[in-house]
Amino acid sequence: MAKITLDNLAHSYLPNPKSEADFALKELNHDWADGEAYALLGASGCGKSTLLNIISGLLHPSQGRILFDGKDVTQSSTADRNIAQVFQFPVVYDTMTVHDNLAFPLRNRGEPASYVAERVQKIAQMIGMEDVLNKRARGLTADAKQKISLGRGMVREDVNALLFDEPLTVIDPHMKWELRTQLKSLHHEFGHTMIYVTHDQTEALTFADKVVVMHDGRVVQIGTPQELFERPEHTFVGYFIGSPGMNLIPASVAGTQATVHGAQVALGQRYGALSGDVKLGVRPEFVTLTDGDGLPVKVRRVEDVGRHKIIRADLFGNEINIVAAEGTEISPDMTRVAFDTAQVNVYVDDWRQQGEAA
Amino acid sequence: MNKTVNQKAWFLVLPVLLLVAFSAVIPLMTVVNYSVQDTFGQNQFFWAGLEWFEEMLHSDRMWDALGRQLMFSGIILAIEIPLGIFVALNMPKSGFWSSFCLVLMSLPLLIPWNVVGTIWQIFGRVDIGLLGYTLDKLGISYNYTQDTFAAWATVVVMDVWHWTSLVALLAFAGLKSIPDAYYQAAKIDQASRWKVFRFIELPKMAGVLMIAILLRFMDSFMIYTEPFVVTGGGPGNATTLLSIDLVKMALGQFDLGPAAAFSLMYFLVILLISWVFYTVMTTLDAKEG
Repeated sequence: MAKITLDNLAHSYLPNPKSEADFALKELNHDWADGEAYALLGASGCGKSTLLNIISGLLHPSQGRILFDGKDVTQSSTADRNIAQVFQFPVVYDTMTVHDNLAFPLRNRGEPASYVAERVQKIAQMIGMEDVLNKRARGLTADAKQKISLGRGMVREDVNALLFDEPLTVIDPHMKWELRTQLKSLHHEFGHTMIYVTHDQTEALTFADKVVVMHDGRVVQIGTPQELFERPEHTFVGYFIGSPGMNLIPASVAGTQATVHGAQVALGQRYGALSGDVKLGVRPEFVTLTDGDGLPVKVRRVEDVGRHKIIRADLFGNEINIVAAEGTEISPDMTRVAFDTAQVNVYVDDWRQQGEAA
Repeated sequence: MNKTVNQKAWFLVLPVLLLVAFSAVIPLMTVVNYSVQDTFGQNQFFWAGLEWFEEMLHSDRMWDALGRQLMFSGIILAIEIPLGIFVALNMPKSGFWSSFCLVLMSLPLLIPWNVVGTIWQIFGRVDIGLLGYTLDKLGISYNYTQDTFAAWATVVVMDVWHWTSLVALLAFAGLKSIPDAYYQAAKIDQASRWKVFRFIELPKMAGVLMIAILLRFMDSFMIYTEPFVVTGGGPGNATTLLSIDLVKMALGQFDLGPAAAFSLMYFLVILLISWVFYTVMTTLDAKEG
């Protein structure tokens, strides 16, 4: 178990990167606190796996350093770093039995046989494969194989960190939930530093203490699920987290007032002069459809998704989504929307602006 | 829907049937015909039944040739398979040098058999051959026309030179099909180089290696041209392998009956061993699956 520090880290798959666009992972400084569970969230191809492979030593970064508890391991091999990593697609040793597969990482470290037997038994129980321990791994289904991969990742107790690279992609939904719970309890029990890569926000938000959101090779926000929800630092976070994502409305801002197509919107904070592409960001949960005051909208469609209703409407030619509670009656004279003033964020060129208290 | 029954379509197969009969079935049957008859010249043949088969089964000459043949195939397999794997493991995996190696290794496979034989025949000569001359000057007694060991060494090294590339190319294809994730997982699991080979590379190569073994076995079991050009089966009978012996018997001594019986048994042995290989391969596959 260790604190992992990324110092000035960046990576490009090209031998001579010229511009910033050549970097798959842009310059990054970050501490992964010892014993914390992180989720690394982002769209496919945003550099998540690259970051993970650099931490585990499978990939050598173009620049910067990696430190484990303050010790520089940038040049160390994967084995020296003693890290467990589970990949997106199952990797099993075909010719070995399930038991030998699980025992493999322990045997490679020369652990005594009695300890190996005990650990394998315990892990087999966790992943629910005690009854197939003596079967060859080759004939098993993809999700059984992935469970073996997960088991191999968890079998060592002394690892510095546990890295998961979208490990539940091939697992069926019921088992997904169960394994995620197992991972969480494992985390509580041993307190490993865990980094869990995913592009599924539910998975990220339920698994982690802290969520790291990546976009286009850059970490755009690190925070608790609640922070990500209420104060997205970047429009990508607003759009990527939440279902549906945050509404973005082009506006101009002066003081505590925003102007949207000539209509006034009150803001919770006071802002100075803003230049660039200014937008208001409001989560659908903080927008109310009303027959009172507000901005004029045209309701296009109402979707009842069970726990709540999603109203798709048109605001000055832009789509706006509204989440209304389950029992809400929607009548034809509700043609205006009101925002929860405290929950309106202001973005300039996609980054959130911090105003002064109004 | 009713299918139209029209057996006339069978006539379309007739040209192929005729061609196969002309090129394969009839010549084979001629051999069968010779194997059950005897002749005292003047194109007069007498029924001999299975006499030739019995005679060949009790002939030391044939058993000796079979023994030499098995030894030859055994030795070249024992060298070419591990060596081919070793070469494949050490080849560059991609880029210019990978293609370069592939082309370089394909070259020996493109050389006709008797040319390979001629190359080595001259290469090994003590008077004008580079290899023979060098060994001689180094004080090593080497004369493949008189020394049994030298003759065997030459024939074996020649075959290794000619065919290891095939094994290496097949093994390389097997290695290339292994996804990177396997090597990454092995690194994470802290597996040694040997374990990576034993548990990842070898299992993934098993299929192509079986094919390589089968191909090399069949081909080496039928080898004729190269040893014939280099040693002519000598010194004495030391490198007289099955097919060389067969040609000596059939065309040298014109013993058509025994030679026909011999060649039929030769054919059956190859068929039998290939069948055993195939069965072992498929059952192994099924067991693992």
